[in-house]
Amino acid sequence: MDKIEPRQSPMDDPLNVLKEFTAARIAIGRTGASIPLKQSLAFKLAHAHARDAVYSELDIDGITANLQQFELPVLHLHSQAAYREQYLQRPDLGRQLNEESIGQLTDRTTSGVDIAIMIADGLSAAAVNSNAVGLLKILIPQLQTAGLKLAPICLIKQGRVAIADDAGIYLNARLSIILIGERPGLSSADSMGAYLTFGPRPGLTDESRNCISNIRPHGLTFRPAAKKIFYLVQEAFKRKLSGVALKDNAGLLSEP
Amino acid sequence: MQYHHTIGKKTYRFSDLKTLLAKASPHRSGDVLAGLCAESYEERVAAQITLADVPLKIFLNEAIVPYEEDEITRLIIDSHDNLAFSIISSLTVGELRDWLLRDETDTLILKNLSPGITPEMAAAVSKLMRNQDLIAVAKKCEVITSFRDTIGLKGHFSTRLQPNHPTDDPKGIVASIIDGLLYGSGDAVIGINPATDSPAEVNNLLLLLDTLRQQFDIPTQSCVLCHITTTLELIRKGAPVDLCFQSIGGTEQSNASFGINLALLDEAYQATLSLKRGTIGNNVMYFETGQGSELSANAHQGVDQQTCEARAYAVARKYKPLLVNTVVGFIGPEYLYDGKQIIRAALEDHFCGKLLGLPMGVDVCYTNHAEADQDDMDNLLTLLGVAGCNFIMGIPGSDDIMLNYQSTSFHDALYIRKVLGLRPTPEFEQWLIRQGISDKHGKPTTQPDSRLLKEMRALWIK
Repeated sequence: MDKIEPRQSPMDDPLNVLKEFTAARIAIGRTGASIPLKQSLAFKLAHAHARDAVYSELDIDGITANLQQFELPVLHLHSQAAYREQYLQRPDLGRQLNEESIGQLTDRTTSGVDIAIMIADGLSAAAVNSNAVGLLKILIPQLQTAGLKLAPICLIKQGRVAIADDAGIYLNARLSIILIGERPGLSSADSMGAYLTFGPRPGLTDESRNCISNIRPHGLTFRPAAKKIFYLVQEAFKRKLSGVALKDNAGLLSEP
Repeated sequence: MQYHHTIGKKTYRFSDLKTLLAKASPHRSGDVLAGLCAESYEERVAAQITLADVPLKIFLNEAIVPYEEDEITRLIIDSHDNLAFSIISSLTVGELRDWLLRDETDTLILKNLSPGITPEMAAAVSKLMRNQDLIAVAKKCEVITSFRDTIGLKGHFSTRLQPNHPTDDPKGIVASIIDGLLYGSGDAVIGINPATDSPAEVNNLLLLLDTLRQQFDIPTQSCVLCHITTTLELIRKGAPVDLCFQSIGGTEQSNASFGINLALLDEAYQATLSLKRGTIGNNVMYFETGQGSELSANAHQGVDQQTCEARAYAVARKYKPLLVNTVVGFIGPEYLYDGKQIIRAALEDHFCGKLLGLPMGVDVCYTNHAEADQDDMDNLLTLLGVAGCNFIMGIPGSDDIMLNYQSTSFHDALYIRKVLGLRPTPEFEQWLIRQGISDKHGKPTTQPDSRLLKEMRALWIK
């Protein structure tokens, strides 16, 4: 058998000292030309977490039970994407509510509300399963204290960001906030995004929204995330807009 | 013009060339999303049989995006070289496929043909070709470009060292560059995707790359992949710009969505040329493309995504680029769903680009919501190595922590060079030997004892 090459062990990698400067997978050593097994399996595990997150399911029962504390009605909605494989290939279907969901919303047409809060699986149900309620525990009391009227909370399966436009108009909401699972990265399978849209209506594009990204315990934590969202809500109502124009002037958003 | 073909009792009709091309395309999710794909396996083959009989001359008369409405169509038609075309002018699309595969159709003939081929012809013939055919013909093409080293020579295989960092932290970026150089990566370019497009930040990165390159006298070029308007502004301010980067698409509308047009590209090309920073060549442009970008910008105009992609190559070849990179799996599963579709698309892009005379590289990559994994990328990398691809990306451990996708690692490039006997560019290989990163036979040393490593602490730039 050949002698094991000195650089096989990443411990011996002369570039170990550089690791403090980046989270990139540097100084991982090599065996022959190839990545050592330990590093290869670590990568595989990270990818497995991301893949599992993509196929995770929205925990309707768990989230609904946890939302009871806010004493708001909870609605269970579904996009036109019937299953995950279709969701992944047809983003257009994930942006629209199915007929049954529209029926549910039109049956209960009310006078307008200020804010419609929605929770959708997006590309990682795991992200909202673990982060949505924690964020809302801080955010909803703030919104209620400010005297803002909230719509029923909508849980949406197989939803994309723009489904908030569809739901927002049926809920007669002045502003929508959708909490949604972001595309999982190798280092973060549980990252949640919050998208805020003033005057939600079908046909809007991303430049009409403000996004707070990477909400999770090891990213942007709940309290600062809620603070940013609450700030954006106030500014959006004050200036009657959201999106690029709002973000440009929000000094608070540049804070870490 | 209407096209039709009868199979048994069923007659398939295709209302125009654009529809025929779309229906003849191998299945992919983006064409389904756009509502352009064949509705059955039989219809797809019927379209391919029909397409095989279409004379190539038709492509010069039937524009798939109207001439009056689209400057890329005008570029394609107005720059078409009839003399170069004459060798194939009597052929149909199907006959072209057989002609391309003939032993007599060699490297020189293909090189001379390229200005006579339109992107639509290349796209059309690719739709009739199996993966094997795409590889066999691309391998015969040789597209050589140069700036500080010579890229694309047969038997050589290059990499773009891609040392991205989520906050553009200079130390983080340099750490990845050193790691990559010690694996022999970076002979195509050292290219950073910046986290921000701010001119000041981009300028800092350009200075960092230039200082590093000069300090160690590395025969390569650097690039910060910002918007072309940012590069233009920085050129005017005297920033050390080696290569001018831009993402491009295959319709005027899609380029408008990128904030560019041919006039702007002309201006940036001339400005970058005028810097005369290349030592052995003056190919100064670096373009990135990828199937699906036109659909994603809602600018595909009823043209299938592979044909749109080939049209982007007409834009690229106007500017004699050093590098053209199809970022094949980045766009996501709504355009290319799984490993099979990504691999097919990459081979099509590489073939079409090479046939059109472009120095094609491929970002062999996927996102976490695509049905693909490292095994698919290994397959694609190996196929591209065999096909004579000019370059791939080199990223620490395959994991781009800024763009959040997986591409090829530094190790992957070592693997493909080893199994296929490929080498870095000649100039870069000499540098690797001088540095002690490779031994005198060009084989990576087990314990590089290079100046780079010893002096890396002196690299920290404010």
